[in-house]
Amino acid sequence: MTVNVISAGIATTIQDLGRPGYYHLGIPMGGAMDRLALKTANLLVGNDEGAAGLESVFVGPELEFTRDVTVAVCGAELPPKVDGEPRDTWTAFTVKAGQVLSFDFLKSGARIYIAISGGITTPVHLGSRSTYAIGALGGVNGRPVQPGDSLPLGKSSKTVKDGISVPVALRRGPSNPAELRVLPGLYWHRITEQSQDSFFEDTWKVANEADRMGYRFQGGRKLEFVEREQPFSAGADPSNITDACYPYGSIQVPSGSEPIVLHRDAVSGGGYFMLGCVISADMDLIGQLQPNMPVRFVKVDMEAALAARKEQAAIMDEIRELLS
Amino acid sequence: MAKHDVKSPIPGTFYRKPAPDQASYFEIGDTVAKGDTLGLVEVMKTFHEVKADADGTIADFPVSDGEPVMAGQIIAELS
Repeated sequence: MTVNVISAGIATTIQDLGRPGYYHLGIPMGGAMDRLALKTANLLVGNDEGAAGLESVFVGPELEFTRDVTVAVCGAELPPKVDGEPRDTWTAFTVKAGQVLSFDFLKSGARIYIAISGGITTPVHLGSRSTYAIGALGGVNGRPVQPGDSLPLGKSSKTVKDGISVPVALRRGPSNPAELRVLPGLYWHRITEQSQDSFFEDTWKVANEADRMGYRFQGGRKLEFVEREQPFSAGADPSNITDACYPYGSIQVPSGSEPIVLHRDAVSGGGYFMLGCVISADMDLIGQLQPNMPVRFVKVDMEAALAARKEQAAIMDEIRELLS
Repeated sequence: MAKHDVKSPIPGTFYRKPAPDQASYFEIGDTVAKGDTLGLVEVMKTFHEVKADADGTIADFPVSDGEPVMAGQIIAELS
């Protein structure tokens, strides 16, 4: 009852919906960067939407199955193949015992979520199987998957229709340029009015430093700070503050040059000012951004942020209904 | 042999050299064998080798050293 890892792809980790509740101790929530994609993949194969699956970046793994399973791949357009035969993303398909699941070249997006009927049943740590590699928690002995690993699978409880699929309208991915909605935050007053405008006017580009901890952006105008005498314990750089908590999605801009959006494996605090937060409804999109992609930040208020969260929740409800 | 394109499987920054102070892996006109490393793509703070998936002679490197590449973009043309 295992899946054998022949090759691991890039940064392939076991992820579920994470371990909320320990961030105040410095342990981030973690979990799938694109939560809707993982949930949808799980529902397609008849799992609970929070079952553990695999997250791969740009390049998929090669996996051999020791029993017949149903598999679904959601998120990026990284075409799956069974024994070399193409299969569709966002669609349930069968992989028989002894067959090999592999992937073609990436077409769009960045991360795929592979759900397998029964789910991956590695040990639960602090309420989750999610891999937090920096803290050596979850996953396979605290690390990403490697060739030669045998991942245990649970019993699948629900049979699903082979070929069942999610309509294109419900598959969310970033536009081009991608738009990330931002709610200005506590330290918004630290940058000049001109920089408050330029941040939203400029088109930024995803940098190579883009991973589960955070995404860095380049190419916009440098932000200028309002002059002040630095408070006690804040560093000398104008982008420094007295150490504070870092929310998920918060945007720090060290020295005002390259914004970094913290993601699911965020550090919980530090001494950089944050100009605001990417709203929760758009966090999934960041997980699908490739390096060099153009990105615009769009200013919203709390009302718009909550409306967007509701809208995303309604899309997930629609998918649940469709696949129930 | 027929023209053959070697593509980068991943997005990132393309490098033709193993390190900044070293010579390029190959130059235009060089003969390469399947499995030879033609360049590196840097992404997420790691470097990934792009290997030739056929034998041939390098006709062109359409991407310069240090330039961004998208997944599936041609990094070398073999003839």
